[in-house]
Amino acid sequence: MRTSISRATILVAAFAAATPALAFDPDRPVEFVVTAGAGGGTDIFARTIQSIIGKYNLMKAPVIVTNKGSAGGAEGFVYTATAKGDNFKLAFGTNNAYLLPIRAKVPYTSADLTPVAALAADEFILWVNGKADYKTAADFVARAKEAGGELKVAGSQSKDTDQILTSMINEATGANLGYVPYKSGGEAAVQLAGGHVAANVNNPSENLGQWQAGMVKPVCVFKSERLKNDAKVAGDASWADIPTCKDSGIPIEDYNMPRTVWLPAGVDQDVVDFYANVLKKVSETPEWAKYLADTSQSADYMSGAQFADFIKADEASVSEILKREGWLAN
Amino acid sequence: MGNIGLLFEGFGHILTFQHVLLMMVGVTLGILVGVLPGLGAPNGVSLLLPLTFSMEPISGIILLSCMYWGALFGGSTTSILFNIPGEPSSVATTFDGYPMAKAGQASRALTLAFVSAGIGALAGVVMITLVSGWVANFALRFSSPEYFAVYFLAFASFISMGSSAPFKTLVSMMLGFALASVGMDTISGNLRLTFDIPELIKGISFLIAVMGLFGIGELLLTTEEGLRFEGIKARVRISEVGRTVLELPRYWFTVVRSIFIGILMGITPAGPTAASFMSYGLASRSARDKSNFGKGDPRGIVAPETADHSAGTSALLPMLALGVPGSATAAVMMGGLMIWGLTPGPMLFVERPDFVWGLIASMYLGNIVAVILVIATVPLYASILRVPFTIIGPVIVAVIFSGAYQVSNSLTDVWLVVLFGLLGYIFKKLDYPLAPLVLAMVLGDKAEDAFRQSMLLSSGKLSIFWSNGLVSTLMAIGCLLLLAPALMWVMGVSRKRLTRPDLRQDPNENPL
Repeated sequence: MRTSISRATILVAAFAAATPALAFDPDRPVEFVVTAGAGGGTDIFARTIQSIIGKYNLMKAPVIVTNKGSAGGAEGFVYTATAKGDNFKLAFGTNNAYLLPIRAKVPYTSADLTPVAALAADEFILWVNGKADYKTAADFVARAKEAGGELKVAGSQSKDTDQILTSMINEATGANLGYVPYKSGGEAAVQLAGGHVAANVNNPSENLGQWQAGMVKPVCVFKSERLKNDAKVAGDASWADIPTCKDSGIPIEDYNMPRTVWLPAGVDQDVVDFYANVLKKVSETPEWAKYLADTSQSADYMSGAQFADFIKADEASVSEILKREGWLAN
Repeated sequence: MGNIGLLFEGFGHILTFQHVLLMMVGVTLGILVGVLPGLGAPNGVSLLLPLTFSMEPISGIILLSCMYWGALFGGSTTSILFNIPGEPSSVATTFDGYPMAKAGQASRALTLAFVSAGIGALAGVVMITLVSGWVANFALRFSSPEYFAVYFLAFASFISMGSSAPFKTLVSMMLGFALASVGMDTISGNLRLTFDIPELIKGISFLIAVMGLFGIGELLLTTEEGLRFEGIKARVRISEVGRTVLELPRYWFTVVRSIFIGILMGITPAGPTAASFMSYGLASRSARDKSNFGKGDPRGIVAPETADHSAGTSALLPMLALGVPGSATAAVMMGGLMIWGLTPGPMLFVERPDFVWGLIASMYLGNIVAVILVIATVPLYASILRVPFTIIGPVIVAVIFSGAYQVSNSLTDVWLVVLFGLLGYIFKKLDYPLAPLVLAMVLGDKAEDAFRQSMLLSSGKLSIFWSNGLVSTLMAIGCLLLLAPALMWVMGVSRKRLTRPDLRQDPNENPL
């Protein structure tokens, strides 16, 4: 019953978006809860939105950004979830919002959060050390098989997107890559640049600096088609030059991570619509386009029923992998 | 020589009236957030960050980095005056700084801390100027085993210096390890020791623990001793600042050794906390007359402060050159860089030399501005201690509680501070040392992560800790430092046994 109501209001909201007056308009500061440490991908995601809202005056109330990134982001989600019915707290995260409760015994469930919108999809790339002699993903897989369990992949966090992808590579190719969790993608990038691990599966922006310096190089992108950005970012190479993994030896099509925004449970639909509308406007600005291009993420605005369906599908497919690896919390 | 030329170009970029003004604003704001416990440099910098979006990147980074310097100095102030360290790296300053201030020499303690901190910071910047390229590559050689070896070295250099019973040190340290493991475990992704209390999943903040253990614990003791700070008797004279500065050359060896430790820890990048503890540990162990350490020995202030600041400054190099932030504050600044449209990483030096060298130039100026500003405030701060305890005591309690709440807007933290305060009081009464607990709490989970990552990397073989020259050297020095007191003890005992055979049957002899 709730979904039918929300679908109806989305239709209403679609019309209302064209007219200026919406029922809800925050009259006190809005808190952006970043479920990651300062300086990371999620932090920059939230702060970019903050700066665009400020620049175009998309919201009368001021925005305060707080970082609550402990416990893999669970700190921020628990903080948001316990503020039931609070119209002034938005949590910024990735798919960890609904994956954390599946893989760890955290004191909230995805039902304690109301999805507002997803604004971008961050891509995953297989990176190796700049001096490595692998040409294609197939070479890398062959070497991994040869080495038994001795080739290691560095990644951010345990049982999170990076380790899930590593597990998918092993399943798809029969390789036996080991996984070493670090606190952030930045640490994983430096471990690879220093040659201490064989590969990482970082997001484009996490390895860009090292790629430009030739310390690491991309092997393939986990996407069904090549990336679109063809500006020369590292010497003569552009993001669009990176082959897809499925064409070069690892049969995985699309694997990406949505950048998501959440309210606590128990808020009114017009509140959700208000923020979804503000975020929609943010996603249409040139600054947003520049942010996406700089970090090589794909534009992917979703809200309402579309977003809800996406969450359901993503939850189901990832749960299967977690189950296979025995990582389910319950 | 190329670097020096670039540095002068950098000075050319930043030497404008507007930038110098920004520096002073940044440093002043920084001192303010540094002095208030719980607020701290990372929070202060992230509060200021939105203001810089509309600035030129170089102006923005000058404002933020100067705030960072100011906050570091402000943190030392509270360590010395109230026994409340504002940052993990200023814990070691409390060991001798607070006793000295309590004994009526607050101006001397503050001046020693500020000047040696300034020297440390400048040494760090000089290092960055001269050897930036080489040092950036050195940091790349650090993987998990090397990290573990550095933490091991920090523990080893600090652990055996305690004068109290070894078993009490052990108990204190183990409690620290247990506290450090509360929350989510990086390696398995599971929650540990949270007892289904939602507030505990984020772990126990180090700041909460020290505010309770040191701040509240000390207040309880003072209250019991008769409601007064001894600093009350002290007169504050400007001339004392000058006299203390002249006193510093006497500790030149401590300063040089601390700079060396600080730079090494800053670029490795084990960070300022490991550096300050290690430097304090070595200073107190190598001193010929150890009796004054812990009671207000000037070297006990100079050593951790110099190392802390030279490490803090050197740690900005890995951030710029590799894109790895060495501290929470550096991480916020890195976020700023990306929002300004710069990619931290090796190419920053090539693509935006104006920005990088402008920042380095601003580090010289910013630190000098900071030292001058904080020294000017010494008489002001020192006179706080002359306020009667019946007034200042409750004010400190109020500041601690509001600070505890601010750490993560959680009321549970306020209760935790009270608990830690009682624990600190009991520890002092029963003569258990607090320092090992704090050290284990700060470095314990990092050491654990590094050890378990090493085991994953080597598929479970311990030999990874001896697998290359760098890690072997670090481990060997660590083992030597750990065993040195035991060896000396054994030698001392055997010598005693030779000369006084009657000691052999002494039932009171420590079985260790």
